[in-house]
Amino acid sequence: MANFSKSNVPQFSMDVYQNEYLPEGGREVNAIVTVTATGGGTVGGAVTAPQLYSPGQGPSAAVALMVDCSGSMDYPPTKMRNARDATAAAIDTLRDGVHFAVIGGTHVAKEVYPGGGRVAVADATTREQAKQALRKLSAGGGTAIGTWLRLADRLLSSADVTIRHGILLTDGRNEHESPEDLRAALDSCAGRFTCDARGVGTDWEVKEVTGIASALLGTADIVADPAGLAADFTRMMETAMGKEVGDVALRLWTPVGTTIKFVKQVAPTVEELTDRRSEAGPRAGDYPTGSWGDESRDYHVCVEVPPAAVGREMLAARVSLVVPRPDGTAENLGAQGLVRAVWTDDMTASTSINPQVAHYTGQAELARAIQQGLDLRKAGDFDGATAKLGRAVQLASVSGNADTAKLLAKVVDVVDAATGTVRLKAKVAEADEMTLETRSTKTVRVKK
Amino acid sequence: MSQMPQLSACPSCEWPLESGDRFCGACGYDLSALPPRPDDHPTVALNSPVAAHEGTDRPVAPEPAGPPAPEAGGVPLPPQAPPTGSPVSPASGVRFDRPPEPEEYPLQAPDPRVADLSAPGGEPKLCVACRAGRVDGDGYCENCGHAQPRERDHMEQECGPLAAVSDRGLRHHRNEDAFGIGHTALPDGTPASVAIVCDGVSSATRPDDASLAAARAASESVLAALPRGTHPQQALHDAIVAASHAVNALADEPATAREHAPHQNAPACTIVGAVVTSGLLVVGWVGDSRAYWVPVDRSSPPARLTEDDSWAAQMVAAGLMNEAEAYADERAHAITGWLGADAYELDPHTASFKPDRPGVVVVCTDGLWNYAEAAQEMAEAVPADADRHPLHSARVLVGHALDGGGHDNVTVAVVPFPAVSQGAGSA
Repeated sequence: MANFSKSNVPQFSMDVYQNEYLPEGGREVNAIVTVTATGGGTVGGAVTAPQLYSPGQGPSAAVALMVDCSGSMDYPPTKMRNARDATAAAIDTLRDGVHFAVIGGTHVAKEVYPGGGRVAVADATTREQAKQALRKLSAGGGTAIGTWLRLADRLLSSADVTIRHGILLTDGRNEHESPEDLRAALDSCAGRFTCDARGVGTDWEVKEVTGIASALLGTADIVADPAGLAADFTRMMETAMGKEVGDVALRLWTPVGTTIKFVKQVAPTVEELTDRRSEAGPRAGDYPTGSWGDESRDYHVCVEVPPAAVGREMLAARVSLVVPRPDGTAENLGAQGLVRAVWTDDMTASTSINPQVAHYTGQAELARAIQQGLDLRKAGDFDGATAKLGRAVQLASVSGNADTAKLLAKVVDVVDAATGTVRLKAKVAEADEMTLETRSTKTVRVKK
Repeated sequence: MSQMPQLSACPSCEWPLESGDRFCGACGYDLSALPPRPDDHPTVALNSPVAAHEGTDRPVAPEPAGPPAPEAGGVPLPPQAPPTGSPVSPASGVRFDRPPEPEEYPLQAPDPRVADLSAPGGEPKLCVACRAGRVDGDGYCENCGHAQPRERDHMEQECGPLAAVSDRGLRHHRNEDAFGIGHTALPDGTPASVAIVCDGVSSATRPDDASLAAARAASESVLAALPRGTHPQQALHDAIVAASHAVNALADEPATAREHAPHQNAPACTIVGAVVTSGLLVVGWVGDSRAYWVPVDRSSPPARLTEDDSWAAQMVAAGLMNEAEAYADERAHAITGWLGADAYELDPHTASFKPDRPGVVVVCTDGLWNYAEAAQEMAEAVPADADRHPLHSARVLVGHALDGGGHDNVTVAVVPFPAVSQGAGSA
């Protein structure tokens, strides 16, 4: 059992926000569960993984950098050069002792560094060698991202480490394998490593990139201007270096007779987790959350309970955090939250909606409205698109999601944000539309 | 604490018990376990694994005897004794869900299945709702998730000549009422009885903690002041102030684990107290909990002794509405005075009476008086022998409220007047 009393390992805490009061016959219990990891040290600093390492050392980690080397990366040639520079910047951000590998991706995956099916251990020498190897990168060939991911998985699993992470850069559509191939690759990699995905330029498919990040519990974003790649790669690597505990799962216990309607991450981004449940003993299931550094995330849990008489109280769900082990046991990270149901005939109590629940219900609808609006716009249904994007503008405005509101304003002309009255812009920059779509799931927290 | 209410015999096998026993020494019956509520319907009926234990040779005799015999009998407390009132024992399983038939079933037969499982000392208890799951450390069933009965769901205490009963009622999920009773002697050796009843304000955070803290602080304060010769009226006034401080202090404490709420407001409660000596009856209150005077000789009129700090009472007092109109309004129960850090100003009301005949003081929360508002109604609900059987009478009054619908927590203390020496407690 890990000793969590040490000061430099993260402490997890959990807060539950809900209105536990249900009217007579009420069945649906909603709660926002805020999970916060603190005390693990600063991002990128030397910190300790719970199981394996003594204080003073960083958590053992392995990182695979997957760089698109398809022919299109040469149009314009600055794209390849920027990708090379960005990868070099990411390598410079590697902490000493971290295992790493660089993969060049086309319709096949090639080991760029160190090669031989191994991973290198970061130090001054290997970092320099890796950067030398990057110079040999040239553009040419197709795109089959599934093969890159499978190679990354092979390399990462060769290292005995706590945190396994990938960084994937693509500039084009996944044209040289079927969507099913990519799906299968994602399924086989899910839970084995986490991966951030970036699309550079505007010739890539938003749903592919966000799908990769979502399946592998990482972030997705657009880097429309290749010049911005180096800064973005550095940031991603810093975040990866700040991770302290890997493979954390949200464990949900629910009593007999209840149904879990959904479990989603709602901050910092909306991520549906309901279907990713793996059973963990009687009436308990684990939902993957990936690796954690010093950070805080919110989850929306919705449970349907059997109706009970006024005056009754029950536990609708018990939420905890675990690190599942291969042998079926799990290490409990200590934090726990209770989601309760109390039946009352006090209408004031049972009809009020918890502000956190209301807020995140709105944020989830905002993400959905943007997706649907953009899809309708592409399909040529401009009335439908106007209605959906108008609703999105309205929701972003009420909830104070200023970033999303700004992105929306590049796609529609906002007439009145309060009522959601908008006009579709006649001409929209492709990058703006893709940025909005990629970042549509970003949420903000409740205004204090 | 010899005067704590204590079952004198195991409800399951009649084995004589000692003070402080949590399990029966003979059959292992869990003395803190409550049988399931008659109005409870298990949400899921699973085949209980304990069914196999049924029909063992354990004698399970229903307890036909009267109320638990008070042990206070011949044990007069020295005047300086610590207040006997505050700690209350868990319920003995008494519920009045139909008109009480006093000599019939003050103690229900224990549920043998519950008893069986909890028998091997300290084993986790079985859920009272589904009877299949064990109860976890938070008080919820590990199978069906239902909250288990809590200690405060039903509390009874008999203390010398007076007694109090508190019940969760039928519609609330927990008991937010509390009481503190006790008796002591004045410097001249004459007896004095003290009853404090508090009702937590539901709209505030941790109302159950507030009422408990207030009841404890007030009863301890007054029981300590009376033997020193403080005038009862002054002692009661000071006790309400002490209770107010105790509730205010809660506002600074972190919330208990169970009541984790991000948006808090200060814990608050009402309070009503009565001090009865050989010639004097003093009541004190803040809020809408009440005290009634019910003479033994029912030909003389009963009376309400307190004036609510409530919207309805203020409307009536201001002449804006008559009593019927005011109490029919949905704002009737909005209180205008309470104990708590967010109270505008503390204004403890006290009143002193010198009744010329014997009677009882009924000290209660609105959970009772909603079902017997007028003094005459209250007098009709109080049994004729209330001065001799205060615990029984308190149970009958709680039963009256439950029969009426039990929409709120119900707490009743019955204090006979005049106070009699401690040896002459109820039988």
